[in-house]
Amino acid sequence: MHNIKVLGTGCANCRATVALIEAVAREKGVAITLEKVESLPEIMRHGVMSTPGVVIDGRVVHAGGVPARSKVEGWL
Amino acid sequence: MNPAAMGRSPATRLGLWLAGLALGGVLWVAAYSHLGEFADAVIGVFGLSRRTPLGEAVHFFFYDTPKVLLLLTGIVFVIGVVQTFFSPERTRALLSGRREGLGNVLAASLGIVTPFCSCSAVPLFIGFLSAGVPLGVTFSFLISAPMVNEVALVLLFGMFGWQVAGLYLGMGLLVAIVAGLVIGRLKMERYLEDWVQQILSGQMAQAVGEQLSWLERLQVGAAHVREIVGKVWPYVLAGIGLGAGIHGYVPEDFMAAFMGRDVWWAVPAAVLLGVPMYTNAAGIIPIVEALIGKGAALGTVLAFMMAVFALSAPEMIIMRKALKPTLIATFAAVVATGILLVGYVFNWLL
Repeated sequence: MHNIKVLGTGCANCRATVALIEAVAREKGVAITLEKVESLPEIMRHGVMSTPGVVIDGRVVHAGGVPARSKVEGWL
Repeated sequence: MNPAAMGRSPATRLGLWLAGLALGGVLWVAAYSHLGEFADAVIGVFGLSRRTPLGEAVHFFFYDTPKVLLLLTGIVFVIGVVQTFFSPERTRALLSGRREGLGNVLAASLGIVTPFCSCSAVPLFIGFLSAGVPLGVTFSFLISAPMVNEVALVLLFGMFGWQVAGLYLGMGLLVAIVAGLVIGRLKMERYLEDWVQQILSGQMAQAVGEQLSWLERLQVGAAHVREIVGKVWPYVLAGIGLGAGIHGYVPEDFMAAFMGRDVWWAVPAAVLLGVPMYTNAAGIIPIVEALIGKGAALGTVLAFMMAVFALSAPEMIIMRKALKPTLIATFAAVVATGILLVGYVFNWLL
């Protein structure tokens, strides 16, 4: 069970990232908890400077832009 | 991504990319060097003549549209690839601990090549400060990044030539550098919102950028083209369409009366008009070209463009989350003064 957080203040790219991760997880049948983090202090705690950022189990794996599908598949 | 390419090794795929790029480059140059013939052929097909207003407007449209779209595609791709070398994390590392002065120059210059979206302006701002980048240097970056953007430069180059694009680049950098220096001198650190000061006084995780292969860099470039060109092309068409109408029908010197160089209030009016507007460069520049063609002064028009990009109200609302009103007001006042000076100096010089 992976805990995934998408960091971002509600821009279009952030929503696209959430949707992409959900789709890939469903496709691969991987159980995840997906959380969308919109509070700026919380985003900053992860040290991410360009949104959307992706955090998996407490580790920042991506920042800035919608990740490539192949990348998301690699994470799960 | 196309499924046939999935099974191939990265080296083969990089080879295919490079071959595709070489072919694309040749086609690009061939198309770009025949723009005039194309537009002539189009009005020929419609049986129009450039001596009529309609013919002139149609020619303008079919000359400028392919030209701008070609330039945009080419440069946005190149910048997209260049940007992969200047992630925000890398830029921050380059700026960290820099002193004011040289730091401001470097920050404004890096603002051109570092990918920037106003939606992440606040995280970027705090990320810079937390790594020891001085406040004034951070502002130089934040002013330059949206104002001196590649889309604006491409369009200025395409429509007015390299001199005007160069002037915009130089003046944009100058405003960003000087405004950052001034804000740095004013020692306004206490006007950051309390939650920001709290973060800055503690330890913050510093995410590191990722390493990319050349294949990935090219893919990022292509994605950048899809994103930017995909988003701005309707504005380009609308802008050039409107520009074409003005070009064909609005009388010569029509704009000179209220946007000419002798109208002293035109520059401040243009700056004020730019603030509430939040548009992309692509939509605005074709109109700007037509305005200048009809007698609007270049300095006034450049000031308007700079205000649209650097002083946009929506971006200030975003920044308000991190800055107290005094600092926002100072930022707006300093940048507006810089832009006004640029406008007046241009009108006076040219």
